[in-house]
Amino acid sequence: MPLESKHLLGLEGMSKEDIQLILDTATSFREVLERPIKKVPTLQGKTIVNLFFESSTRTRISFELAERRLSADVVNFSADISSLKKGETLKDTARNIEAMKIDMVVMRHSAPGAAVFLSKVINSIVINAGDGSHEHPTQALLDMYSIREKYGSIHGLKVCLIGDISHSRVALSNIYGLRTMGAQVAVCGPKTLIPRCIEQLGVAIFNNIDEAIKWSDVLNVLRIQLERQDRVFFPSLREYRKYFAVTKERLDKSGKIITIMHPGPINRDVELSADVADSEHSLILQQVLNGVAIRMAVLYLLGMRS
Amino acid sequence: MKLRLKNGRIIEPSTKKDYVSDILIINGVIDKIKPNVASKKDYQIIDLKGKIITSGFIDMHVHLREPGYEYKETIETGCLAAAAGGFTAVCCMPNTNPAIDDASIAKWIVERSKQVRNHIVDVYPIAAITKNRDGKELSPMMELVDAGVVGFSDDGNSVESSELLRRAMEYASMLGKPIIQHSEDMYLSKGGVMNEGFISTKLGMPPIPSIAETIIIARDIQLANYTRSQYHSAHISTEGAVELIGNAKRVNNKITCEVTPHHFSLTDSIVCSFDTNTKVNPPLRSNDDVEALKEGLKDGTIDVIASDHAPHSFDEKQIEYLFAPSGIVGLETSVGLSFTELVWKNYLDIYQLIEKYSVNPRKILHLPPIKIIEGEEANLTIIDPELEWTVDVGKFKSKSKNSPFNGRMLKGKPIAVLNHDCMFINGSVLY
Repeated sequence: MPLESKHLLGLEGMSKEDIQLILDTATSFREVLERPIKKVPTLQGKTIVNLFFESSTRTRISFELAERRLSADVVNFSADISSLKKGETLKDTARNIEAMKIDMVVMRHSAPGAAVFLSKVINSIVINAGDGSHEHPTQALLDMYSIREKYGSIHGLKVCLIGDISHSRVALSNIYGLRTMGAQVAVCGPKTLIPRCIEQLGVAIFNNIDEAIKWSDVLNVLRIQLERQDRVFFPSLREYRKYFAVTKERLDKSGKIITIMHPGPINRDVELSADVADSEHSLILQQVLNGVAIRMAVLYLLGMRS
Repeated sequence: MKLRLKNGRIIEPSTKKDYVSDILIINGVIDKIKPNVASKKDYQIIDLKGKIITSGFIDMHVHLREPGYEYKETIETGCLAAAAGGFTAVCCMPNTNPAIDDASIAKWIVERSKQVRNHIVDVYPIAAITKNRDGKELSPMMELVDAGVVGFSDDGNSVESSELLRRAMEYASMLGKPIIQHSEDMYLSKGGVMNEGFISTKLGMPPIPSIAETIIIARDIQLANYTRSQYHSAHISTEGAVELIGNAKRVNNKITCEVTPHHFSLTDSIVCSFDTNTKVNPPLRSNDDVEALKEGLKDGTIDVIASDHAPHSFDEKQIEYLFAPSGIVGLETSVGLSFTELVWKNYLDIYQLIEKYSVNPRKILHLPPIKIIEGEEANLTIIDPELEWTVDVGKFKSKSKNSPFNGRMLKGKPIAVLNHDCMFINGSVLY
């Protein structure tokens, strides 16, 4: 059964069946990753370009590993060596690369909607590897996979995203995907980091971390940065740590077991204390492993479609 | 050239007459207005049964892009687009390169507009309030007025300093010219590309809050009252702006404002397409804002409909939404949208529409009213109110096609304009 869409641009509007299909497909690739020889010939002869206009070690390596393990030919393009500095537009860059006969483009870009735009100006399959603070579908899929792996089902679970919701690359995709799969979703953070009207997406809002912890089964803790384009959204990292960091002390106080997730990279001792990040209830490293399986599943399902 | 406009419905705003008659025009001057008037064979006859003939429309907020950005638009193509859109006059904004902050540039634009092929459209420049529109020093306002400018604006930028704007208002009021403000608190709007609300949150797009507009308008009203000067708020887009200006007008009749057709025809939900032709500043707002703007037009709070015609080349808009330039070309869809969204939906009657397109802007700019009486120069806009048509950017006379309305069905269309003994009808120049 193929996916409904030619591209993977985001999880908004994606059906439950398609999400289920990706998660189920990832299960079989997860099994491949446990083998001594982790390579399958599925995408042999296909060429995939990783177009990264923003630095991202983890996501790029994860995609590249997934591509290579499916036997695809892989080309990497990153902004540092890009022609963008010479004034070339995204459209021209992408069309020039496409002219060399490729099949898929995986793109990371700082601008919301960049992946949608790309899908309109080239013919290749587009996978969104993060378009600014809009969507990052494979991250949300691997988060859901990790939750499902632990709990057996996503339905009915309470998942709270904590931190900088406004500028997060992963918040929206998580909200869309988790709600489609029947989870209850909340966001928690200082009011300055929670975008207006987000409650209209069907999420609860907390400004108090202890209340959020009390409510949640799963905490997905987001990376905190003090400065965003030379603007400051909260007084200091010290104050953030004091009032919003997820610490063992806070978790213990709640008296229940709570699963901890983080999309990485972690600011240790800012949003998350080390004893929580490395605890038995942390899924953080499983997320990373599952990321490769999810990306293999997505590449496979889209690659097979064509 | 001798012309007989036959059986048109003449709406004459200066005398408030509305009647069906023929008009004989000789060399651009109205010779006779009389039903079934006899004309000799050398008259060209144009049957205008069911069409409205009224005083020439003016679009007081247009970017002609010349000098400096001729690849987007020129005075010639912009004027042709204006004629095609039913206008016999436009005001051009000063964000050219160089900016209109010097008498020589203002004079050059006026001269150039008279030299274009088929001089139908009068061009009235609006000069920068501050040199190079950078908000630091006043431009030479007196010289600029002598050179023919009709108002002052740093359009695209707000004048940030309250002190400088106070001086500008005092100085301009001495010259009897309006200050036209682009209202945007640059701190609140910084980095933003669309209206702040549910849609911006849903798209992860950096937002521009409505208060970025209203805070400047609220301050400016205080300044305008204090300096007793004439103040015109450009392209208002928010419910809050309508309320502020509505209240201010009750005590100060020198405060006026305008709205663009895209702000009363579209909401921010259209940005979900990531179509860069929906990127405009101020941004498209919410449903509530759109409703308030239409009510504001109806109750007279909003005086003028102006397009903020802002041409950008195809390639400039073919980039990421975040980085694309703001602006919509509006000259050729303005009147059609106003008929469709306002007249046919009973927000405005035809008389109010004519006020907002001809009478009020000319009053604000202190231009003489246009009269449709014998002996006057014929300066006319002719409209087919019933004509249903589909917007096709490929047919635009404007050099640029950046319109979010391509493919939209409209009802009501300007079919001709006549000015300076030159007529544009059904898409081309008649003589």
